[in-house]
Amino acid sequence: MTYQLPLIEPDVLIIGGGPAGLTAAAELADRRAGHILCVDREHAAGGIPRHSDHTGYGLRDLHRVMSGPVYARHLVDRATRAKAEIRTNTMVTGWSDEHTLDVTSPDGRYQIRPRAIVLATGARERPRTARRIPGDRPHGVYTTGQLQNLVHLHHQPVGKRAVIVGGELVSWSAALTLRQAGCTPALMISQYPKAESYGAFNAAGRTVLRVPVATRSRVTKVIGKGRCQAVEIEHLDTGKRRTVACDTVVFTGDWIPDHELVRAAGIALDESTLGPLTDTALRTSRPGVFAVGNMLHPVDTADVAALDGKHVAQQVINHLHGQQPPTAGVRLTVGSPFRWVAPQILRPDDPAPARGRLLLWPDEFVRFPKVTVRQDGRVITRRTLAWPAAPGRVFRIPSTVLDGISHTGGPVHISL
Amino acid sequence: MTATPHRPDDGVFDVAVIGGGIVGAAIARELSGCEVSVALLEARDDVGDGTSKANTAILHTGFDAKPGTLESRLVARGYHLLSAYAKATGIPVEHTGAVLVAWNQEELDALPGLKEKAEANGYEHCRIIGADEVYQSIPDLGDGALGGLTVPDESIICTWTTNLALATDAQQRGTTILLQHGVTGIDHAPDVTTLHTAQGEVRARWVVNAAGLGADHIDRLFGHDRFTVTPRRGELFVFDKLTRPMVNKIVLPVPSSRGKGVLISPTIYGNVMLGPTAEDLTDRTNTATSEDGYDFLLTKGERLMPRLLAEEVTASYAGLRAAIDHPDYLIEATPEQRYLLVGGIRSTGLTAGLAIAEHVSGLLEESGLALRSRSGLPDPPQMPNIGEAAPRPYQDAERIAADPAYGTIVCFCERVTEGEIRDACHAPVPARGLEGLRRRTRAMNGRCQGFFCGAAVAALRTQHHTHDGCSNQHKDNR
Repeated sequence: MTYQLPLIEPDVLIIGGGPAGLTAAAELADRRAGHILCVDREHAAGGIPRHSDHTGYGLRDLHRVMSGPVYARHLVDRATRAKAEIRTNTMVTGWSDEHTLDVTSPDGRYQIRPRAIVLATGARERPRTARRIPGDRPHGVYTTGQLQNLVHLHHQPVGKRAVIVGGELVSWSAALTLRQAGCTPALMISQYPKAESYGAFNAAGRTVLRVPVATRSRVTKVIGKGRCQAVEIEHLDTGKRRTVACDTVVFTGDWIPDHELVRAAGIALDESTLGPLTDTALRTSRPGVFAVGNMLHPVDTADVAALDGKHVAQQVINHLHGQQPPTAGVRLTVGSPFRWVAPQILRPDDPAPARGRLLLWPDEFVRFPKVTVRQDGRVITRRTLAWPAAPGRVFRIPSTVLDGISHTGGPVHISL
Repeated sequence: MTATPHRPDDGVFDVAVIGGGIVGAAIARELSGCEVSVALLEARDDVGDGTSKANTAILHTGFDAKPGTLESRLVARGYHLLSAYAKATGIPVEHTGAVLVAWNQEELDALPGLKEKAEANGYEHCRIIGADEVYQSIPDLGDGALGGLTVPDESIICTWTTNLALATDAQQRGTTILLQHGVTGIDHAPDVTTLHTAQGEVRARWVVNAAGLGADHIDRLFGHDRFTVTPRRGELFVFDKLTRPMVNKIVLPVPSSRGKGVLISPTIYGNVMLGPTAEDLTDRTNTATSEDGYDFLLTKGERLMPRLLAEEVTASYAGLRAAIDHPDYLIEATPEQRYLLVGGIRSTGLTAGLAIAEHVSGLLEESGLALRSRSGLPDPPQMPNIGEAAPRPYQDAERIAADPAYGTIVCFCERVTEGEIRDACHAPVPARGLEGLRRRTRAMNGRCQGFFCGAAVAALRTQHHTHDGCSNQHKDNR
């Protein structure tokens, strides 16, 4: 194309206007870091909370609790008041070079070359296809995201009787949405052995939402021509299968970061989170490119994502002020029962991670978790935490467990 | 531009073509280029919604056809016709080339024979290559390849756009497209055949049966008993676009005594496809995917390209090929019935469609249908580009400046804009539902499968009520 695309050069470009991106934008603008531009591909900023019309948002960052849409509006207002620029309907479609991004919006196709980039693109739920579940391809099969979009933003009807696949926090969010839409959540299907696995939400979930849970189970087939009629489920231990009638199936959780821009740039990926590899300053492997939010830890609650945004602001400012490239660091690794840890790199001169917490994803329920930190065969820390580790939600460990590690040693290993 | 309306005055079409797939649409288009009135009857509520929508989307050179068969001749001719037609209409095509990969001695030994066979089919460009060269062209291939055969002109094509271009072209030339017109019975009179459908009767002097999976049923309505269609299910996985750089060529199996293998192919939409399985069924509507099919594909895929299997699956689907108990295309005219059968068109029919249409036109003429060509035909339609090889609307600065709807991306994964969705709803052969919209725009076909855009696309679809160029009712023939 011979057409020369217009170019804008803000100081900071934040890609993604969810809780993490908006909070980063507001903090940076508050600190007069220059022209702060936050772009979001949806027609309104706010991210996932915008679709989740139930309470529980804002606890850790705003110290009060509100509904998702109110929380989203609050974050947009705050960033706007701080004089960060938010452009919606604006999608970054790729990199034209290492520091320049291509953008499409109704205002045109253009390029952005900022001095620093904050990636805040979040995560999505794996849809049925990515979970490789065979069968028919009827209507009425959703992810939580699509369900909440349909119900809360487009006010469309869903079915009458739903099966919810997954036992994460978001699965209960789906149950709430279904109830609001007049659809009975007839069964929740979880691979985990105990209903208690779902943590605190579960008691409330069971009493208020009255959703029966099939534990140690998986979906083996979707059935129905036209509209969904049933799913076939299998008990993981006995192999016994049965058919559950439903006209709606919601595949919940099983998150994957929206990491396409990261991969397109060749930025190093953490093999377990599938998000970019980051240090406690939230730097990625490319200088001047930072990452925040649930792309790094798929997924923690919105307020924790937002606090990444707060944390990154100072690091971005340091970069804008010409801070020298970081020194070498040691890698954090995990063992049973953890699947991943974020962030993954510790450098001697870096700050503690956001909120002073390491985030980990457990695959088993442990009521009294005793965290063990090892380096080069040596136990650095053993500490029993007062809160359980439960699959389906992030397990947070105070980063002080790392206090005794050597910055010149080998990888640091965290397990229970 | 509007063509001469070829709706008949007396309510009797000169030709009724049954089946709105690639082959039926190509035949209707060909015949509409002559001084005859044509109806195209489709059982479903969109063209190209049966076997034609779910094939492997390869533009075949015909190198591996059985030499001397009608299929061999029509695929070779169709390759050139469709390549030219794609250029004229904007059907997305990528000339990727293919490599047949030999994984054992038997397959390696078969390569020279395959090269000779290609030459017997008139295709001269195959070359036998060693394992080094195989890995040079496909570095991510699994270990153990012994050698290969290149087919530099095998290409990938958008099967959806091909079908739509042919149907749109046919319509602009005067064909009446009749959707939801599944043929359930026929009455034969000396001059006119009456086709009974759920939407009423359609009368025509000549009938062409291009009903794909239902072709044997229609053939029996005409009193014949010459073949049976066996639905052969093929399941496919479509992998995330991030895998596309791993697969720059179509990776074909070498046919051997151990059965037919599966292929890995780039898709025109920037994904990678693994499949198909081949399983004979009895149910002609069973397009479900299966556990066995998945296991088979994943086992094969693990060997062919382990790195591919580590990536996300974007979609899986199953198509039914209209396999018949006959080794070649079965294209036969019955002049005394003013009837012509086009049966046994397997996946090569995508490539061969235009050549089949030419061939059918010739047979009809020989059988006594007067086909005078017509001047002043409309130009072939310009189809929206939904392929990755050419710029898409979201990348087109001038287009967005002229119409901001092309800058409003609705489906983020596939980068489909509001303008394209609007256009598809108002096209000459418009999208009538979400599935039709997917095939015209790619909306909701991406990695999130509607997590972000599903609700918005559905809302746009409702907003842009179909202004229908295709009738599912036809008052003329009531």
